[in-house]
Amino acid sequence: MQPRHLVDPHAHFHWAGSRDDFARYNASRLAAGDRMGIRVHVASILGSWGRTSPTYFASPGDVTAGNDAMHAIAAAEPARVRWWVHVNPNHGEHALVEIERAAARGAIGIKLSASRRADDPLLDPVCREAARRGWPILHHVWQHRRREWPMQEASDALELARLAARHRDVRFVLAHIGGGGDWAHTNPAVADHPNIFPDLSGSGVDRGMLDAALAMLGPRRLLWACDLTLCTGLAKLHALAHTGIDQAALDDVCWRNAVRLFPAGALGLREDGTEVDA
Amino acid sequence: MTTVRIPVDTMAWIGPYPFRELPHPEPAVLVRVLEREGIGAAWVGAMQAPWHRDPAPSNAWLRAQLAPHAGVLHATPCVRPDWPGWERVLDEAVARGERAVCTYPMQQGIAATGDALPALARACAERGLVVRLTVRFEDLRQRHWLDAAGDLTAAHVRALVRADPRVHVVVGGAGKELLEETHWSLTPAEQARCWWDWAWLWGPPEDQFTALVRGLGGARFVFGGHWPLRLVQSPIAVAALGASDLPAVTYADGDAISAAARAASVR
Repeated sequence: MQPRHLVDPHAHFHWAGSRDDFARYNASRLAAGDRMGIRVHVASILGSWGRTSPTYFASPGDVTAGNDAMHAIAAAEPARVRWWVHVNPNHGEHALVEIERAAARGAIGIKLSASRRADDPLLDPVCREAARRGWPILHHVWQHRRREWPMQEASDALELARLAARHRDVRFVLAHIGGGGDWAHTNPAVADHPNIFPDLSGSGVDRGMLDAALAMLGPRRLLWACDLTLCTGLAKLHALAHTGIDQAALDDVCWRNAVRLFPAGALGLREDGTEVDA
Repeated sequence: MTTVRIPVDTMAWIGPYPFRELPHPEPAVLVRVLEREGIGAAWVGAMQAPWHRDPAPSNAWLRAQLAPHAGVLHATPCVRPDWPGWERVLDEAVARGERAVCTYPMQQGIAATGDALPALARACAERGLVVRLTVRFEDLRQRHWLDAAGDLTAAHVRALVRADPRVHVVVGGAGKELLEETHWSLTPAEQARCWWDWAWLWGPPEDQFTALVRGLGGARFVFGGHWPLRLVQSPIAVAALGASDLPAVTYADGDAISAAARAASVR
């Protein structure tokens, strides 16, 4: 059983300001994506990825430069790449300016990393802007954060749920249930928050993770994705077919939920699987 | 996508895990998974053994569980080289025709320095048994607060590999840094007796696996699936995605490693 399409709503690229071999890295992502059948990568760049300011506390200048680089990649790859505009809510006015600037350049959602706890009021203006534009927010999440970790102010599902409860008109993608921490904690934390959609990405490939998410949240709430490791994305794609879900549910997880989340036509697909331009 | 031929999964377990629920960790399910993925056989340990003080009961349980699946699932008993009479585990393994034994220095409190690991290396080398090591069972970020053992260190691997020129060691779950530290801290002859699985190496776009295979050679790598903890599809996916960049690479085969260990023991 194969999905009709494959969309990766949690992708990243690099640029000259973040690593020297950025061209190889980006080409590797696109080539592997082609081999896997990924139709669209919805990607972001987190500033300089730590080179000139911390990845999760990117300076305004690095945020802008990263977004410029991300726009350039999307413009060069219009068939395969869409983009999230990354903002740091500690710099609120700059964040809103970046969103406005990115909207004019084709961004289709907002990426929040770990710059400020998810339930902090500083995120509210960003969420209101997402609601106004009908954009989803992809929020970096540490699954069951039991302590502070260095170089980030990570949030877990409970904290994102508090934000989602304040902004019921915004759709939140909870990043990478396989991306670190205890994924078993996340499902019950977001079960009663229908505007939260966990993505399956991350390097974690624990047996039971997909089954538990499907059992508690159902296929309409989950998004197949890769993040930094396409290999684990491919493994989860193959494993999904053995979870007992049917073709319609597999299509929901692998692309149709993404089509529903983003503004109409943004991924070049309709919910019935036909191409917007066809 | 190209598929990679996998004769043996050298890193599998059955049984319960102390820190979270594992779906269906039964041997019959493992046999079905191997068949589905086209894997011929597996070296199988008891999942609970690393946390038991005396591994003997879990070894007996393991052998009983695997008996109906002989020929596909090969018991890989646990040995704790600071426990009285530990050599008997090895003698029974030889008598039963088993290929490898597992040891878990971090969980068993075995230091990288000291006599225990060299003694284990010599004893396994004399008997032609492969030593199987596991760097980690779970990502550090998700571990239970009572699981405080930490990851296996390069010093532990070095201590084993250097202790006897005949010992053969398979290491599962190493990340790029540990693998490189260990490999390049060994002589070429020592490197040739140490194999690595790629279950915790990443494919595109970071391409750790491709870079390491190019640098160290495919012969240093052997398949380990880490079932029932992890999706066995993951290392298969890594190899499949790397296949176009690694044409004609041949990976090591667990059966061949075992045969080499037996041959070395009689030299």
